[in-house]
Amino acid sequence: MNATSLQPLIFWLLLLVGIAAPLLFPDYSNQLAVLWLMVIFALTWDILGGQMGYNSLGNIFFFGAGMYIAAVVQIGLFYDVGMYTSAGRTTHIVFTHAQYFTGFVLGLAAAGIGSALLALIIGWIVFGLRGPYFAIGTLGVAVAAAELMASWEWVGAASGISLPVFPGEPEFQKLFFYLLLFALAFVLLVFLRWLYATNFGLAVNAIRDDEEKAEAMGLHTRRYKRTALVIAAFFLGIAGAMFGNMIGFIEPRDIAFPTTTFNIFMVLMVLLGGKGTLWGPVVGAVIFHVIKEVTWTYFLGWQFIALGLLIVIIVVYFQQGVVGWLMERYPERFGIRVAPKEKEEPTVRMEIHLAPHSEGAE
Amino acid sequence: MSDAIIELKGVTKSFGGVVANRDISLSVPRSAITGLIGPNGSGKTTLFNSIVGYHPIDSGSIRFEGREISRMRVQEIARIGMLRTFQTTRIFGKMSCLQNMLISIPHRKAGFLDMFARERGDVAERAEHLLAFVGLYDKRYLRAGSLSFGQQKLLELAMALMNEPTVLLLDEPTAGINPTLINGLIDRLRRANSDFGITLFIIEHNMRAIMNMASLIYCLAHGELLAAGNPDEIQRDQRIIDAYLGAH
Repeated sequence: MNATSLQPLIFWLLLLVGIAAPLLFPDYSNQLAVLWLMVIFALTWDILGGQMGYNSLGNIFFFGAGMYIAAVVQIGLFYDVGMYTSAGRTTHIVFTHAQYFTGFVLGLAAAGIGSALLALIIGWIVFGLRGPYFAIGTLGVAVAAAELMASWEWVGAASGISLPVFPGEPEFQKLFFYLLLFALAFVLLVFLRWLYATNFGLAVNAIRDDEEKAEAMGLHTRRYKRTALVIAAFFLGIAGAMFGNMIGFIEPRDIAFPTTTFNIFMVLMVLLGGKGTLWGPVVGAVIFHVIKEVTWTYFLGWQFIALGLLIVIIVVYFQQGVVGWLMERYPERFGIRVAPKEKEEPTVRMEIHLAPHSEGAE
Repeated sequence: MSDAIIELKGVTKSFGGVVANRDISLSVPRSAITGLIGPNGSGKTTLFNSIVGYHPIDSGSIRFEGREISRMRVQEIARIGMLRTFQTTRIFGKMSCLQNMLISIPHRKAGFLDMFARERGDVAERAEHLLAFVGLYDKRYLRAGSLSFGQQKLLELAMALMNEPTVLLLDEPTAGINPTLINGLIDRLRRANSDFGITLFIIEHNMRAIMNMASLIYCLAHGELLAAGNPDEIQRDQRIIDAYLGAH
């Protein structure tokens, strides 16, 4: 029995665990919700970074963009956004049940679509860059977005926006957001499993292995690259909208566009789990989240040292990641076949041996 | 000369002060095998790169089936049916041989939704047939990167055939290949030409191979077209022998 035939079973198990987890550990449901967010981060980063070989450091842009788009839609449907976010506002604004959920659903949709559209525009620009330039270019987009939002009064500038308050019990609220993030992560995983089995999967892998060759074969490389970014942005946008509402308050630098935390975690989780694999990002996200939470709790003040150490260990000793390592070690269980250790066919070297020009010793 | 599928007129390409190709005019006849020879650094690969749109040319005209292509990009030229292989073999190393083949289908008519299409049975069948043609059928599930260099060359050839090109430009197909495999490769190139009807334009240093295959051979030296003719004429041409041996 190998991993390929086990896959449907693993999906069902994951669904079961995902639904049961917050009921078994209600105290940890917020932590678990963030865990699924991490899984979404890792899976969306891997579309470009792992499968397509384009290391983006700006994916967080679409997360923040979705968060802000949703906030503006949720508020703007019923009130004037500038008035709502103004520092001098004294009136207390309450959203009714109907207003909250209408705004929330439309906000999620707008966040996904809006982020995808932004990805189209940004993809048009950043895919002129390759290698490290692409990483720096995309990072620039994310940092610039944080600074722009921090100076835009209409959306609250650096002091951010308090989102409409969830109309329900805190316990129900936790469960609600947990289930949303879990559902998004699960749908994304199933979607990617399908996607990677289509031409799209082959094409982005081809771009990863040798983009110039892919171009020489007539592949529509730009179209594939942009579509990959749009897909990642769509899911990240929705995730941003959900997370913003879960936290209840958004601001540009630390929550919407956290370029030094979530943005780096995405890369780390994928590297840890194994890039370019379907399950690697999931495994990486779980391991990373657990390590991070433990160190954050018990080594307060040392967390970034622990994080730095983790980066060094992964990059130096463990580049293929957990799943990558397992696939290398037990390839046949993953349905990969490698060349049996056969004798190399005789090469030109033979002739050099026969050349009688070094018969010094008799 | 029968009708030309590729026609170059006065193609010049320089890199800084170095003129890699100067005023080259030649034509590649349809459905034949044409050779391109010349000493190292004579501008053969540069000429190939110019033809497939890898870099813009400084002046001159390149026509493919009567259509001016000197301003088109690599992908567009590949899609209208002119494909090239690389001197340093390039395959998609982390993918299996079969996957390498499946992504090499012609992208001429690929629409937006074709991105999300799954492989079709007939495509996989054709891929396996072509892998068998180059003798890699048994290795179809292996990672392409784990093949030997010669096998990778054969895979690259199979990928090119999978793409159903009208013209195939091959940059030193026999370089680095085990001498005992060269005959098999020559035979397969011939069959690609005769059975699949693909026009071949081949850069080659292996004189025995190219003299055997080609009906027309062009020779470059110092970026200029030195001679053209059938293998017999080329073999007797003193200028070419001088160019190779460095006579002044």
